[in-house]
Amino acid sequence: MKIVVCVKQVPDSAAKVSVENGQVAWGDAPLVINPWDEYAVEAALVLGEANGGEVTAVSMGTESAKEALKHALAMGCQEAILVSDPALADADSQAAAQVLAAAVSKIGDADLVIFGKQAIDSDTGLTAAQTARVLGWPALTLAAAVSNLNLDAKTIRVERAMEEGRQIVDSKLPAVISIVKDYGEPRYPSFMGIRKASRAEIPAWSLSDLGIEAPAPVVSWLEIMNPPAREVTNEIIEGGSPEEVAAALADKIIAEKVL
Amino acid sequence: MDFNLSEEHLGVQKMVREFAKKEIAPVIQEWDRKQEMAPFILPRMAELGILGINIPVRYGGQGFDYISLGLVCEELEAADTTLRVIMSVHMGLNSMALLQWGTEEQKQKFLVPQAKGEKIACFGLTEPGVGSDVAGMTSTAKKDGDEYVLNGEKMWISLATKADNALVVMRTDQDVEDPHDGLTAFMVEMDREGITTGDIKGKLGVRAGSTGWIAFQDVRVPESNRLGEEGEGFKIAMSCLDNGRYTVAAGATGLIRASLEASIAYANERKAFGREIGKFQLVQQKIAKMVQAYEMARLLYLKSGWMKNEGLRNTKETSQAKWFATDASFEAASEAIQVHGAYGFSDEYDVERYLRNSKGAVIYEGTSEVHQLMQAGYALGYRQDGALRCELPAFDAEFWQE
Repeated sequence: MKIVVCVKQVPDSAAKVSVENGQVAWGDAPLVINPWDEYAVEAALVLGEANGGEVTAVSMGTESAKEALKHALAMGCQEAILVSDPALADADSQAAAQVLAAAVSKIGDADLVIFGKQAIDSDTGLTAAQTARVLGWPALTLAAAVSNLNLDAKTIRVERAMEEGRQIVDSKLPAVISIVKDYGEPRYPSFMGIRKASRAEIPAWSLSDLGIEAPAPVVSWLEIMNPPAREVTNEIIEGGSPEEVAAALADKIIAEKVL
Repeated sequence: MDFNLSEEHLGVQKMVREFAKKEIAPVIQEWDRKQEMAPFILPRMAELGILGINIPVRYGGQGFDYISLGLVCEELEAADTTLRVIMSVHMGLNSMALLQWGTEEQKQKFLVPQAKGEKIACFGLTEPGVGSDVAGMTSTAKKDGDEYVLNGEKMWISLATKADNALVVMRTDQDVEDPHDGLTAFMVEMDREGITTGDIKGKLGVRAGSTGWIAFQDVRVPESNRLGEEGEGFKIAMSCLDNGRYTVAAGATGLIRASLEASIAYANERKAFGREIGKFQLVQQKIAKMVQAYEMARLLYLKSGWMKNEGLRNTKETSQAKWFATDASFEAASEAIQVHGAYGFSDEYDVERYLRNSKGAVIYEGTSEVHQLMQAGYALGYRQDGALRCELPAFDAEFWQE
């Protein structure tokens, strides 16, 4: 069995992101693997281990995205591939989907492609479905569990996390799935994995290696701005008894039209 | 000279930091209040491989170097001292002694399961009436055929009630001219008949850890459990301390960092006289001193770790690192409480625990006073380190990892 897990390098979730001179900046905060993608790697490893499969991590990004791939290797992925090309600087999610689909095809024979449910930087949550569309495979998004995987029959059953509960979906393989947090905590990198990752030479594929032209983005960011600063004032309501304070607070809330 | 940590070092540091932050920090206060060790900690550290971090893969470990051990200790103690204490006794004082002094048979029998975390190890040197004056110990081991019979009591023993194996030093010879020469080291399985243990309650600090006593009453151990030669116990104990003190130094460095980080966060948040207290110069001075102490402590322990990697004798340097870092961690924790004001005095914040936890390490594994005597001794030429029959092996990536 062959599984491809797609990961993205993003600013640390603890970073203070702001706009400076029209560009997004995150100070000296580190870049890390997209936290949602750690769940995807966990799912890929669990499915790989249970079915005797190999897991290849793929990332589209600049040279620095190798760090995200090394994290995936340290967690236990067998291989990692970076797709990097200066022509991809303005890629939107559909462009990323075309590139990742081409990479999946070049790797060949994948039974499953796994994504995190979204990336915490651009937050579109579209790439998994769009990659499935380009590959012509079923898109099983927001999977909380994989309850059945039959490699002989080439079928998969996933439980999709919905607001109302779980939706159980059967599909044929190959398929693309995106994973939500309910799948289970991602493992830490193992010490052996850390050693392997630190020594790994990660191949970088360009667009010409994939045999495709740079896909034209259909979404562009015209202007990026900081959200307006919110004016916050504090007021402490005094009163002789808790009842008095509560009554004054209730009046205030109604007067301010909070409720 | 290269001050960079390798990619492997950074990976180890990040992984252990993540573990401590996710699994220890949220629950540690509760266990500290209960004065109990959280039962998940040892099995979890074993599962993650932390308990064998710097032991060669061939002996069941993870095959990382001695610097990695220091980094692990720094990260663990930044969360809670009790986690680093585990590494001090299980790894520094026991497993590394097996690596240094053990026969191949002893390595297979004791080191392999310890490095895998299947067996937990502790170290017994101190007695109810004997601390810094090691050679005054009264516990005895008497030869009887091809066995030794152990009697006596060891006190202030970390993991006394948790460990499967103990490295203990006993008096085998009463008649030697120099009492240092009458001591011998043994590996003792804790389930042997005649061993009783207990935990000590009411400690100032390391309350979420296990500190106890071990009593030996006619405990018979085979001769094959003797570590090193008869009469070599004092040298072995001192070499154990070279490794234990290294973990203490690295851990205390983590405690300074924790005090510093807590102080920075609080100084940026708490306001007095209409501005953040970080804007006041006397608060800044406290932060600056913590920054300085952290950098110094870190450089000292990393140098000691580097010397171990190179196979250089590091008794003097490790003593410096331990003395400096533990004193500085007590000072940093105390100042962190001062930065937090009255809130620092309550266990609503972590800093009061840092202060309580820091004090033990100023006392054990050589009091600060003992380290000052050692440093003066080296400087004045009263003290030299002779070669040992078995030195701690230098780190050799090939041997460690194949």
